[in-house]
Amino acid sequence: MLAQLLLNIVIAFLWMLLIDEDEIILTTFFAGFLVGIGVIFLMHRFFGTRFYLRRVYATFKLLLIFIWELIQSSVLVLKQILSPKLKIQPGIFRHETVLRSDLEITMISLLLTLTPGSVVMEVSPEGNVLYVHAMDVESERGAILSQLKNFEKAIMEVTR
Amino acid sequence: MNASEIGEFVGALFILLGGIMSVISVYGLLRLPDVYTRSHAATKSSTLAVLLTLLGAFIYFWSTAHFISVRLLLGIVFVFLTAPVAGHLLVRAAYRSNVKLADISGTDDLHDVLHKEEK
Repeated sequence: MLAQLLLNIVIAFLWMLLIDEDEIILTTFFAGFLVGIGVIFLMHRFFGTRFYLRRVYATFKLLLIFIWELIQSSVLVLKQILSPKLKIQPGIFRHETVLRSDLEITMISLLLTLTPGSVVMEVSPEGNVLYVHAMDVESERGAILSQLKNFEKAIMEVTR
Repeated sequence: MNASEIGEFVGALFILLGGIMSVISVYGLLRLPDVYTRSHAATKSSTLAVLLTLLGAFIYFWSTAHFISVRLLLGIVFVFLTAPVAGHLLVRAAYRSNVKLADISGTDDLHDVLHKEEK
């Protein structure tokens, strides 16, 4: 992945040098970068890895999913706080994640802890079980689980 | 109403929303029963509040002074990097020092696991 980005920058740099203007102009560099994207898109199967911009796209999608979940669950938590009678049943549930590497586990815990209504309390030493404290376990279990699945899918698209 | 006025208005609206959200989280902090649920109100709702406030300031400066403040964006990034770590460690430390869950709590899958480790 990194090799592709590096090659893209080299192509952009070469493009800028070959145009041979009197001074360094940033727009020429970006034109070269666009050309480089085209070249690498045609050639990326020889690297044996995915096209690197697809990963950038996946990261962007993860960000959008995260912002959406953040807004949704914030509204939910605010509603629970403001309801005249507290009708919540907090609790801890365990979730076996399909994610494996350290980076993935860190990302899912970070995202889960950032979204209101759920905190990761413990990660098992093997790193495959998360213990999540949720604001309202019984009635929200489905919502939290679908949120978890969403994050897991989006993270896997980024890292694999 | 020209573009910079609209930007000013949107920025002010975001900051107002952020302020309202902080007030509600403080109310939750006072109202909820135990450490764990309070941490939801304190750390989480305030992440969105901080996000909205900083974003509002960013939009305001962008539209009125045509100044893109990278520092505000970096502020958002670092709040989002540090807040969950702090929240996780607070809750974890509380649980490990045997702070009880509130009486209204339901399931507790973690208790047996930690208890087994102690034996």
